[in-house]
Amino acid sequence: MGLDLPGTILRSRAVAALAFPQGIDRYLEQVNPMWAAHEVRARIVDIRREVDVPGHPPVATITLQPTSTWRGHRAGQHVQLGVEVDGARRTTRVFTISSPDSRQGDRFTVTMRANPGGVVSRFLVERAAPGTMVHLSQAQGDFVLPDRVPEHVLFISGGSGITPVMSMLRSLQRRTHRGQVTFLHYAQSPEHQIFAEELDEVRRSGHGIDVHLLHPEQGDPNLSPAYLERLVPGYRDVPTWACGPAPMIEAVRAAYDESPALRVEYFQPPRTSGTSAAGDVAFTKAGLEAPNTGAPLLEQAEALGLSPEFGCRMGICFSCTALKKAGTVKNVLTGEESSSAEEEIRVCVSAPVGDCVVEL
Amino acid sequence: MNATTKTKTMKTNKTNLTDEQLERFGEELDALRQRVLADLGEEDAAYIRNVVKRRQQLEIAGRALFYLPPAWPLAVAALSLSKILDNMEIGHNVMHGQYDWMGDPGLNSRMYDWDTMCPGEQWKYSHNYIHHTYTNILGKDRDIGYGILRMDEDQPWRPQYLGNPVYALLLMLFFEWGVALHDLEVENIVAGKRKMSDNKPLYPGLIRKIRNQTIKDYLLFPALTGPLFPLTLAGNATANLVRNVWAFNIIFCGHFPAGVATFSQEECEDETRGHWYYRQLLGSANITGGRLFHVLSGNLSHQIEHHLFPDLPARRYPDLSVEVQEICRRYGLQYNTGRLSKQLFSVASKICRMALPDRKAEDGDAPVTQDALAA
Repeated sequence: MGLDLPGTILRSRAVAALAFPQGIDRYLEQVNPMWAAHEVRARIVDIRREVDVPGHPPVATITLQPTSTWRGHRAGQHVQLGVEVDGARRTTRVFTISSPDSRQGDRFTVTMRANPGGVVSRFLVERAAPGTMVHLSQAQGDFVLPDRVPEHVLFISGGSGITPVMSMLRSLQRRTHRGQVTFLHYAQSPEHQIFAEELDEVRRSGHGIDVHLLHPEQGDPNLSPAYLERLVPGYRDVPTWACGPAPMIEAVRAAYDESPALRVEYFQPPRTSGTSAAGDVAFTKAGLEAPNTGAPLLEQAEALGLSPEFGCRMGICFSCTALKKAGTVKNVLTGEESSSAEEEIRVCVSAPVGDCVVEL
Repeated sequence: MNATTKTKTMKTNKTNLTDEQLERFGEELDALRQRVLADLGEEDAAYIRNVVKRRQQLEIAGRALFYLPPAWPLAVAALSLSKILDNMEIGHNVMHGQYDWMGDPGLNSRMYDWDTMCPGEQWKYSHNYIHHTYTNILGKDRDIGYGILRMDEDQPWRPQYLGNPVYALLLMLFFEWGVALHDLEVENIVAGKRKMSDNKPLYPGLIRKIRNQTIKDYLLFPALTGPLFPLTLAGNATANLVRNVWAFNIIFCGHFPAGVATFSQEECEDETRGHWYYRQLLGSANITGGRLFHVLSGNLSHQIEHHLFPDLPARRYPDLSVEVQEICRRYGLQYNTGRLSKQLFSVASKICRMALPDRKAEDGDAPVTQDALAA
């Protein structure tokens, strides 16, 4: 880290006192959206299609130039990325960083599939253009490579779960890791293979990196202890990073039998156990769950003995606003349903439809 | 004009509307609200961002002009306008959650704080919840007289209310302090309804906010102008004063002109949505004026629309008012509006009249009729 005099001044207590209560970032962004003292934003500098199979959602890699407030990331971490669709509604989703370790202010990439229901991923892959500004968090997550990389590492990934391990693989190459790397990836078909060319190059260049791309739907072996043992003898003791859809992670977990060598990551919204027909409602802070009665969330929370903050109980005062993590809610005043993944809702007038997860 | 204030039922609010009519009235307003909600988008976002930008430009211009002593009046004007925009069109409205749908933390009701002594967090409780839910219900809405003034015949007269005009003048000059201390509910402590210890959790936030505001306006910015320290200090104080006077007047014209109704707790028990709308309508008053006037009032010149739809972006109120007035005409309901001068005069006479005990000879309806004639 070099001397960052402007940053030090902008983050000083004196400047905070002068810019109170709005904060200096509100002023800086008016001059130049790339100026920030605390917040992290980025400008899109490149959008490259990785996979474009007709009839399937395309995959693209987005290159971002962050503000100097970006503190860098460790391979395997993810970032919250918010976009303003049509200049009005900011929507934020989590994406894994696909480029190798970055330092303060360094460019980095995120790679994503434009899922049909994905507001942010579709906007980024299909509509955004270089120059578009996005809002970021700092890098997050503990699914990272240690500073001292073990002699032999095993990566297991499935589908889009390739991005964090790809970031790790790229970091290892940049760090000129001299040990052995086994890279095992499951995809639907060769056409769906993200980073195909780069992986092909890695495979051919040797450097002790053993790449296996498998397509079980086309006859390749499924993930099993026997297959892993054949590929990497004594695999349970080899430090392993696995990332992919839930069924794959469950299979990996079973194969490793609680071995401390295994680290896993899977992205999925928090879920209820799905045991009752009308759905279940989960309150994450309280760690409670109950069958959905159809009443507004505030009432359901209170019925479970919680006492969330509330005011008017009729949807006007916003005292009871809480973060919905997953599920659909219906506004009992208007009948309007909303299924956005993460959104702030007024729990006094929001009744869950089916499963629902709220941060209360 | 008189047509708007001639309703005779102010004291009892015995509406001529049947329950079914009240229900349909509520449904019509709900439909109006729904239509605007579905239409929110880029224009509303661009509008509020533009106001934010203008406010910043005015603030920076104001702070900078203090370096030029001859431009002192201009500096004060720019800074006053900046504070007025911040408190009214931005702060009040953003903290109502009018722009929460944008998902922008800088315009979010839970994050925003305004350029005034009162911490936004505390104001939101007394304003968004207490005042907007129990609007003009005596004994519930603490904004009727703010615990200091007598603003309604149904507040029993006591000798201390002889000072009503003086209290009002002081509240106007020190309005930001009044708003900041409002949440301590001193009147309820005196009445024994609230304990001193209930205020303990409020002190740290209040002290922090007051300290930060004071350091900024009365120490740091004056110090930055070096030898001009006293001039800048006086300028900042004047800008805060101008904002206080403006905000006080706009707000008092929203609920206290003649013809605005108050309600008893009994008549609002188990209230329907239709009756809630009805109470918001009769409990508020508008001020007519030009576009700039509406912006500087935070569109609270459309207090009626604001009380009917507190969470819709205020820039929508002028358009909504046309339809609300049409609905009111059809249901034969009063829609209280008038020029700023008219509403101010009406409020001022009420403040003075309420200082004195009620004249017993009259029945409850009489003062309203008198006001209508006076106006």
